[in-house]
Amino acid sequence: MTAETIPTPVAAPNTGPPHPLAEFWLYFRANAGAVVGLFVIVGLVVVALLADVISPHSPIITNNTVFLKPPFWQAGGTLAYPLGTDAIGRDILSRLIHGARLSLLIGIAVVVLAVFAGTVLGLVAGFFRGMIEIVIMRLMDITLTLPSLLLAIVIVAILGPGLMNAMLAVSVVLLPHYVRIARAAVISEVAKDYVTAARVIGAGRMRLMFKEVLPNCVAPLIVQATLGISTAILDAAALGFLGLGAQPPTPEWGTMLADAREFVVRAWWVVTLPGVAILVTVLAFNLFGDGLRDALDPKLKR
Amino acid sequence: MTIAVARDVDQAPATPLIEVRGLVKHFYAPGGRIVHAVEDVDLTIGRGRIVGLVGESGSGKTTVGRTLLRLIEPTGGRMSFDGTDVFALSAREMRQWRRRMQIIFQDPFSSLNPRLTIRAIIAEALDTRGYAKGRARLDRTVELLELVGLSADHASRYPHEFSGGQRQRIGIARALAVEPDFIVADEPVSALDVSIQAQVLNLMEDLRRRLGLTMLFISHDLSVIAYACDEIVVMYLGRVMERGSSRDVRIAPLHPYSQALIAAAPVPDPSRRRVHVPLGGDIPSPIAPPSGCVFRTRCPKALPACAETVPPLTDVGQGRFVACLRVGAGGVSL
Repeated sequence: MTAETIPTPVAAPNTGPPHPLAEFWLYFRANAGAVVGLFVIVGLVVVALLADVISPHSPIITNNTVFLKPPFWQAGGTLAYPLGTDAIGRDILSRLIHGARLSLLIGIAVVVLAVFAGTVLGLVAGFFRGMIEIVIMRLMDITLTLPSLLLAIVIVAILGPGLMNAMLAVSVVLLPHYVRIARAAVISEVAKDYVTAARVIGAGRMRLMFKEVLPNCVAPLIVQATLGISTAILDAAALGFLGLGAQPPTPEWGTMLADAREFVVRAWWVVTLPGVAILVTVLAFNLFGDGLRDALDPKLKR
Repeated sequence: MTIAVARDVDQAPATPLIEVRGLVKHFYAPGGRIVHAVEDVDLTIGRGRIVGLVGESGSGKTTVGRTLLRLIEPTGGRMSFDGTDVFALSAREMRQWRRRMQIIFQDPFSSLNPRLTIRAIIAEALDTRGYAKGRARLDRTVELLELVGLSADHASRYPHEFSGGQRQRIGIARALAVEPDFIVADEPVSALDVSIQAQVLNLMEDLRRRLGLTMLFISHDLSVIAYACDEIVVMYLGRVMERGSSRDVRIAPLHPYSQALIAAAPVPDPSRRRVHVPLGGDIPSPIAPPSGCVFRTRCPKALPACAETVPPLTDVGQGRFVACLRVGAGGVSL
């Protein structure tokens, strides 16, 4: 289309309100913790993407000349293994780097699965109301009453241990949050006039649900998804620690912790470093998620 | 009750586009109570006419508008639209039919999807009209925008970039996109500044003249209704109190409620003072409407007889209908 301007009787001055993205960044920037969280996450993503390139050793191959070597700054440590080695001579730094890849993958995959299923269920519940809604929401309430880790353990026990099943279990545990958020957002959006307008124009049910209502419900879902990634990482690590998640020799942080349990007193680094990795990652996602929520929540705007 | 055969005063068209008879809408409140939102409303809208529906908050104006489009399912009554009984259509048939009727909303901020560009909003309406993606649809979008006084370069913007008046124009363009025969304008200007109100009203008048639109214009603002409409229907607590040409009702209201409404409307002329008829209290609850005439509890002229029978909407001559025991033939106060 040509961009020629047609003079109009009510020509609008071009100074509208700022673009939503620019406005979002303005609010987000004000929260220092959230910005730090964002940087940590970006750093983790880079490390995870470049894991094969930047890790000095293989995360799996053992070297039986260097059992339980301490980090380089301690007596007996070498720069060849900057963060030391574990009980069977694997480089901890390399395992942590590869673990970042796994943890992020777990976090994102679990949340994507939970958000996708939860949004569809919530959309259906909020749109159709009545019996369908009652069935879906009561099922979700039941899921919510069970302690999350316990429920995940039960599901893994049924499906059998393994990373895939652990991810599935954690998704199920996270699901009710997304269903509830999606349903609440859908109910408040459906009452608005633009949905009625689309209905009057003759839009079908699918179009109303996915093209009209859904895009207006994403803000709270994004926030919950970001916070959900940290829960997912934590829960997956917990399952790994219990031997129900990723199986050795996979360099998963929770599994690494479990392997290192017996060396807590003798070699602090084998236990501490995966723990710190989990802590930093989870904290970063939580800070980032909080910042997102504050920036996207119109009630908190000044 | 007497079914009044409506005749338009100045020009009598062959058949009216819309004929509503005995429209009833009840809502069910918790505790098994019934909200009498609309009771026994008759409406006749001739082709190319604008009928104004006026009344205070809670009088059932919006409910009437939305039941006509079956956005709310009516409890009872018939509606003939161009000869078809719309209330008898199945949900599937209704989806096809609804395109012949459109609605313009009160709140210009919630009536446009904030995630869609203006082009997408209008294209959506054109879609159902069978315009495929491409040149023709783009041209039509621009044409519609220009029709409501916007321009082609507005098409790629989002609703938040527009003022209330501009958004209302976009809402009108969207309603026009499906080329409807009938539009319900539900308080289309009450969310706008007075100066913008005039612009939008002029636009609607202009469009009516150019496109021959038939409209039900809902408003609580009598001066807006008087300006925009050919005919006025005054509602109170779900019932029609008075009906007549815009001029007649404005200059010589017959029903005590219309008289009070008109007296309460501000006149932009300090030297002309009207006798103010104060209306005490609030509109009664539609859960337990007063017996007989629903207006009797606030009526300055109420008689004991008013509590006994519901006054029927009676033809008092010259195309005027009044539902009041105290108004006799020829509009004489009894």
